[in-house]
Amino acid sequence: MSAANKESDMQDDGRSKTLVRFDDVRKVYQMGTAEVRALDGVSLSFGWGSFWAIMGPSGSGKSTLLNLLGCLDRPSSGRYEFDGRDVGTLNDDGLSELRLRELGFIFQSFNLIPQLTVQENIELPLYYLGWDQSRSLQRAKELAEEVGLGDRLSHRPMELSGGQQQRVAIARSLANDPPILLADEPTGNLDSATGTQILELLGKLHQRGKTIIMVTHEEDIASYATGQLHMLDGVIDRVEGGTDASN
Amino acid sequence: MHQIRVVRNILLGIKNLLLHKLRSLLTVLGVVFGVGSVIAMLSVGEGASQEALEQIRKLGSNNIILTAVKLAEDEAASARHIHMGIYGLRYEDVLQIRETMSAVTRTVPVKHIRKKGRLGERSLELRIVGTTPDWFGVVDRSITVGRILSEHDFEQRAAVCVLTEYGARRLLATEHTVGESIRIGGNYFKIIGIVQSEQVSGAIQTPDLEVDAYIPLNIAREFYGDMIVRRTAGSREREFVELHQILVQVGSDEQVEATAAALKAMLERSHKKKDYRMNVPLALRRAAEQTKRTFNIVLGSIAGISLLVGGIGIMNIMLASVTERTREIGIRRAIGAKRRQIIGQFLVETVVLSSVGGVIGIGIGLLFPWLITQFAGMPTIVPGYSIALSLGISVGVGLIFGLYPAIRAAKLDPIVALRHE
Ligand SMILES: Nc1ncnc2c1ncn2[C@@H]1O[C@H](COP(=O)(O)OP(=O)(O)OP(=O)(O)O)[C@@H](O)[C@H]1O
Ligand SMILES: [Mg+2]
Repeated sequence: MSAANKESDMQDDGRSKTLVRFDDVRKVYQMGTAEVRALDGVSLSFGWGSFWAIMGPSGSGKSTLLNLLGCLDRPSSGRYEFDGRDVGTLNDDGLSELRLRELGFIFQSFNLIPQLTVQENIELPLYYLGWDQSRSLQRAKELAEEVGLGDRLSHRPMELSGGQQQRVAIARSLANDPPILLADEPTGNLDSATGTQILELLGKLHQRGKTIIMVTHEEDIASYATGQLHMLDGVIDRVEGGTDASN
Repeated sequence: MHQIRVVRNILLGIKNLLLHKLRSLLTVLGVVFGVGSVIAMLSVGEGASQEALEQIRKLGSNNIILTAVKLAEDEAASARHIHMGIYGLRYEDVLQIRETMSAVTRTVPVKHIRKKGRLGERSLELRIVGTTPDWFGVVDRSITVGRILSEHDFEQRAAVCVLTEYGARRLLATEHTVGESIRIGGNYFKIIGIVQSEQVSGAIQTPDLEVDAYIPLNIAREFYGDMIVRRTAGSREREFVELHQILVQVGSDEQVEATAAALKAMLERSHKKKDYRMNVPLALRRAAEQTKRTFNIVLGSIAGISLLVGGIGIMNIMLASVTERTREIGIRRAIGAKRRQIIGQFLVETVVLSSVGGVIGIGIGLLFPWLITQFAGMPTIVPGYSIALSLGISVGVGLIFGLYPAIRAAKLDPIVALRHE
């Protein structure tokens, strides 16, 4: 844990030292006359290659935080820098481009497209990246192999178990080779044994250098992460472990 | 790269539509009937104008044909042989036309007599056509051998005749026997030439027949007179007809209408009983255009309504599809699809849907004209461009009615879409 340094130093490869940085980010939902402050002033930074678990009670703003990190939503106020770039200046296409090239998503309910095969689901990001078919197929095969589903390429999601579906989702999130994976309760719909397998897979990816930010409220799942960030009522309550997250 | 994407989008669209086969099929019915109507409409219009053009070609666009018509009351009277049937066109009509109508270039009097022609062993029921050399200027047929009637023949009161190829084959065996004489009734005619005759086809009645034998009008009058006696079972039918037809040729197409009107006015004065019929080939075009217009209005409205209903149906289904696939849209957006890519995906799907409808519609559109021809006897021709037009229309319907659902899909908030159940 280190203080958020404003002058985000450049590394040798031209990337910023901190991968993501929030500066007093707020997200307010207007519910009729009442305001819901889902995030009420969050400042943090996550470095390259870190593995964070975001924890906290239901309604504390974990998913809201992750959606903002994932550029699926815009903050009501505050500044978000991704790899030194101000995300607030991007238009809708710019955000799509950022998601396409830099981010991978893993969801609690897997979110595979039911009418597509495993292979086609994995290929989806490559389709939007404009890869040609043979190259996409090659990549999809490699990724399926990597998550242990090399023999299920032509199956539909419905024909797979929950754990297998989540592995397909992980393979899909890796297709564009993003530096960062965002996972919102990736084991929430799985039994604990299967959940453990998924976490081992994520651990492996972390070791290979992926930055992983995962929402969970299970302690044993969170223990796979190197740092834990506890949310409470839209603010960071406390931070455990980790090397460069900050409040 | 871009092309591959379009192909992949189309394949994806087809796949999604095949998930709901019956629903997709019912959705496109409007387009099917709309496109079918467009093709039917164009084929009926095309058929009518082609037929009219053919008739005009065969009859000559600058000709007006007057034909004697036996009146119904006369028919009854002559059957009871109370008095003689007197009707038809007169020699003085010809003179009056020649004298008063400056736009007319040729006025050809025609007298028909049914008689048997004999040459040696052979015989043939002929239609003797007593006329002037101008006949061959109006009814333009090529000469196979010999020559046609001339002014000289008239002056000489020569008993000569011109046969058709058909008649010559039946009577002469070979075409090289020009110069022989055939016997018609009690008179002998020297064959001076042989002309071709129009193949008789369909409803188009040209002034000439295959069994025609052309002789000078003055000879026809001299030999056979204006009285026709026909023997039927037990009674004798007598008719007095001076001329059966008058072919009127006008200088140019532009003068046809005015001349026809003037002719009508003139004949109405001299023929109190309407014992003649006027046929203006050029007016057929107008009739054909009228048919075309009527069909265009009727089928055009059906097509328009069908396409509108079809379009709304497609829009409805696509809106339902967008709702059904909200989550898919959210997933695609989260992965990095841009708004316009979502629009593209749904638009391609809609266009695929409407195009399939268009193709089925073309099938029906080809069947429909065939049925019209079979059962209504109306000629139809499916013009090639109508198929291209139909495809264009169906793609257009897809684009127009698919745009709104596609934009709706693209406007969805990714988070809301992802949370959708
Ligand atoms: N679209 C929205 N409109 C209104 N309020 C919202 C919306 N999304 C989230 N909220 C509110 O913001 C707060 C934080 O929600 P969030 O989904 O981030 O919680 P969470 O920590 O992920 O909870 P859980 O553990 O149950 O998933 C909640 O009070 C929630 O009701
Ligand atoms: Mg949540």
